[in-house]
Amino acid sequence: MSRPENAKMYWKEFIHQCSEIGIGSLPIVAIISVFMGAVSTVQTAYQLVSPLIPLSVIAQVVRDTVILEFAPTLVCIVLAGVVGSKIASELGNMRVSEQIDALEIMGINTKTYLVLPKIVAALVVIPMLVVIAGVLGIWGGRLAGSLTNIIPTSIFDQGLLEAFAPYNVIFALYKGYSFAFIISSISAYFGYYVKGGALEIGRASTKAVVISCIMILFADYILAALLL
Amino acid sequence: MIEVKDIKKSFGDKVVIEDVSAVMKAGQCNLIIGTSGSGKTVLMKCMVGLFEPDAGEILYSGESFTKMNRNEKTEIRKQIGMLFQGSALFDSLTVQENVMFPLNMFTNWPLKKKLERVNEVLDRVNLKDTNKKFPAELSGGMKKRVGIARAIVLNPKYLFCDEPNSGLDPQTSLVIDRLIREITLEFNITTVVNTHDMNSVMEVGNYILYMYHGKKEWEGSNKEIIFSKNQRLNEFIFASEFLKDAKEMRMLEETGKMPNDRNIDDMLK
Repeated sequence: MSRPENAKMYWKEFIHQCSEIGIGSLPIVAIISVFMGAVSTVQTAYQLVSPLIPLSVIAQVVRDTVILEFAPTLVCIVLAGVVGSKIASELGNMRVSEQIDALEIMGINTKTYLVLPKIVAALVVIPMLVVIAGVLGIWGGRLAGSLTNIIPTSIFDQGLLEAFAPYNVIFALYKGYSFAFIISSISAYFGYYVKGGALEIGRASTKAVVISCIMILFADYILAALLL
Repeated sequence: MIEVKDIKKSFGDKVVIEDVSAVMKAGQCNLIIGTSGSGKTVLMKCMVGLFEPDAGEILYSGESFTKMNRNEKTEIRKQIGMLFQGSALFDSLTVQENVMFPLNMFTNWPLKKKLERVNEVLDRVNLKDTNKKFPAELSGGMKKRVGIARAIVLNPKYLFCDEPNSGLDPQTSLVIDRLIREITLEFNITTVVNTHDMNSVMEVGNYILYMYHGKKEWEGSNKEIIFSKNQRLNEFIFASEFLKDAKEMRMLEETGKMPNDRNIDDMLK
């Protein structure tokens, strides 16, 4: 008698992965974003020394730098380390301890059950993290500008609204989706096909992070060249 | 019944299994024995479809498993339960969740019914009050029993056990062996056990396939193994002086005479 697989289990696994990738990475993403914005403000102010350039330009530069580059690329490189190594080591451990074989024997398509929810969850959650990183990065820049007396908050807010291109946010999301796929698929590949023992799980995890980072930087350049 | 016909399997240049044929009898405990590296685990993995054989055929109740497409193989696999050497329990799930996993995946039963079934099989493998424990909190023998419970929770037709006694003390090994034998008879399962534990051979071996360097060297039952003249088999099974003496005592019981013209007094010296 044929027993169909229960779709609820796949949904449950997808929600679990969303929580693991999203909630699990939120603190590190928040910390990095705030400091990244803060440093952007301080360094931009340091470079823009001409009295001819209005202070509000600092806010514009911080806004566009955070949205175009820091929020998607820097955060995704950090996520490649946090999420990528987690995915690779989790699947690697399951492979080495025969848990994947046990699922196969039960008649479960392990690529669909273990890998697909991770990729879909990353595609859903990582762009959200990119948006949160953008918001927190700009807020961090505003806070640093105010604390160091580089730029008053009212001028920073005014600068944020000047020459704003909404397409930049769309572009950041394109990057978010692309990088999410790169991180989850590369890490899942290295974890799923690991052979050996604990040492090989560590190696696979490192390899997954390194290759994900290189691919993110490569894709970053390609997307910028094609879409900007 | 599971038939293995002329199976060959190589990894690169290394031939691991060469022309092995066997018939695993329905409703009985079938054992694959042999030294480490003799190819018994690879043969078992070929039988369950984890490895694709290079040549030959595996038949489940007359249907060729090797020629089936992925979906057809999946249907056969749903009738298979397997106990892995390391138990392969899901680390992040409790005992109850581990055993309930196949039920969650393949049935739409209400939670109450699933819990009843989980408790029934855990009870059957003599595990009580462990439902909420995680695999890391269990002993080796308990993990094996949870593995058996998970393997039988969906009433499989075929049960595969890969070295069920590895890492267990002799007493616990005996408990696992007897459990496997009882479950096989009780649920009329075709069981295939991969082992090099001699107690298992004598306890549960209705049919025994002895492999040597990837080839079938001998086959028979645990009754016949005592009288086998196969030198390699005898060297493997009765490796120690103690086991040789035990064999001769068993032969004496069965036939009333000592083999090899040995005197009972020599043995007792």
